[in-house]
Amino acid sequence: MNRYRGWTLTLELVMIAVGLVFAFPVYVLVNLAIRQPSDTSSPLAPTTSPTFDNFTQAWEQGALGGALANSVLVTVGSVVVILAVSALAAYPLARVAARWSRWTFLLIMLGLVLPFQLAALPLYQAMRDLGLLGTPWSLILFYSGLQVPFTTFLYVGFLRAVPRDFEDAALIDGCTTLQGFRYVVLPMLKPVTVTALVLNAVAVWNDFFTPLLYLSGGAQQTLPVAIAGFVGQYVADWNLIFAALVISIVPILVVYFALQRSIINGFAGGLKG
Amino acid sequence: MTVAIKDRRADAVAPPPDRRRGRGNRRATPPWWFTVPALLLFAFVVLVPSARGVYYAFTDWDGLSPDFSWIGFGNFAEMVDDPAATQAVWHTLVIAVAITVIQNGVGLLLALGVNSIIKSRNVLRVLLFAPAVVTPIVSAYLWRNLLGPDGAVNSLLGAVGLDSWRQDWLGDPDIALWSVVGVIVWQFAGYSMVIFLAGLQSIPREIHEAAAIDGAGAIRRFWSVTRPLLAPVFTINLMLSIIGGIKLFDQVYALTGGGPGHATDTLSTLIYKDAFTLGEFGYSIALAVVLTIIVSVASTGQYLGLSRAEKAVS
Repeated sequence: MNRYRGWTLTLELVMIAVGLVFAFPVYVLVNLAIRQPSDTSSPLAPTTSPTFDNFTQAWEQGALGGALANSVLVTVGSVVVILAVSALAAYPLARVAARWSRWTFLLIMLGLVLPFQLAALPLYQAMRDLGLLGTPWSLILFYSGLQVPFTTFLYVGFLRAVPRDFEDAALIDGCTTLQGFRYVVLPMLKPVTVTALVLNAVAVWNDFFTPLLYLSGGAQQTLPVAIAGFVGQYVADWNLIFAALVISIVPILVVYFALQRSIINGFAGGLKG
Repeated sequence: MTVAIKDRRADAVAPPPDRRRGRGNRRATPPWWFTVPALLLFAFVVLVPSARGVYYAFTDWDGLSPDFSWIGFGNFAEMVDDPAATQAVWHTLVIAVAITVIQNGVGLLLALGVNSIIKSRNVLRVLLFAPAVVTPIVSAYLWRNLLGPDGAVNSLLGAVGLDSWRQDWLGDPDIALWSVVGVIVWQFAGYSMVIFLAGLQSIPREIHEAAAIDGAGAIRRFWSVTRPLLAPVFTINLMLSIIGGIKLFDQVYALTGGGPGHATDTLSTLIYKDAFTLGEFGYSIALAVVLTIIVSVASTGQYLGLSRAEKAVS
């Protein structure tokens, strides 16, 4: 059953055809992004005289540089806070068998089920009262709280499978619990940290609803909101819009292709627990 | 996820004894205050606002004025008579079920394909997963153009002689909802595929070989060997896609804005419109409460059903 036979070749051809169907939108995307607006031939026809004007124009008029910087700031800031507080919280939750720890864990897990739409509007009020609306800080605060349940869940699942002998040894050697956490537990958590980092970074980077709400009217937007604003402004000029879409996709695809092996494993492994 | 599910089950039976007081057996016990930063953030962002949300659902608050009154189940009664709301509930459920079935069906077939010995498997794995990392709002704008009346999809259908299949994919109220489902399947089928693939690769080759020697064909081997062993992976994939489908916002917002009419409005898009364009804060939060109830029922039901299925296998 492990030899390459006639039906394997058929399967190969079918799968390649499926792959082409999946890649088709990307072909059209790039094809139209490099086309002059005056060229109105079919979106399928390869562009005959390609131009890169669309990209420079989209970059300048969409203020994509600033949006890109904001997205990076929000993503990095959020992910650092999420990982730090979740790993710290997961340590006692995985190790202490007392009643308070089980109830705290359940309370946090409630966050996996609650849809953010329920909290979004009252939180909007709170952010407004604190004067945080329109700033990236509101988003960092938001994602830090929102992603705690999922990340803590990953860490607790991982920690429970790790023997506690190393921490005990460190304690006997005179470590404080905080030192034990910093120098013994954290390094052991590295594999699950990589997974949590990737999953959280993708979630934060891609989110649209929250920045749409919390940054509306402000000058500091994230990339998805800037793109949405750009599309609204240049409704009919799809060549320009497509150039903006390409610009926004490139950073994440570059990261993806560079790290694809560990990302795919991380996605699969992280979800297996 | 499976790990935690099993742990919780074990906890319910017999909590592990805390041996730290055993003589000469010093145990590292992390202090409770390690949980404080996470709890504070979680309470500020999720718990407290959610509780306040449930309260506002029973008021007629417009989101701005200091005066509002408690109206009991008024918002919920209004919802029953509001075709936009009842349709949105219906669309939310249809989308969630359709995505769960189609995305996982396609994802499973793709996983079986790239888990075989075809030569292009590694390239295909990377390619098919790539849409899942693209920002949903960006892929939705791309598809809004592709699915337009003069878009690439219709051009392609014309080019291969299927002119009669050409549609106004997003403008026709009967088709628009399914177009939205199609876009999401395109984007996230690779996500399901990767998780299924991880499951497939954890199945020992010997089991398949033994079944093959016993005379089981490919389909029989899939049904009697692969399928039961993949049960935990099905649990994860189904939970992820049904919860994702119920909460769906970005793609609908960018593809159709809920239109034409209310033909593709989901609970999420309606909540947004009612709160921020109509100023019906109380009413929109009542919709969010309905959404919460649907998510809770769906995930609890699925958790119970699937963990029974998992138990039956093991």
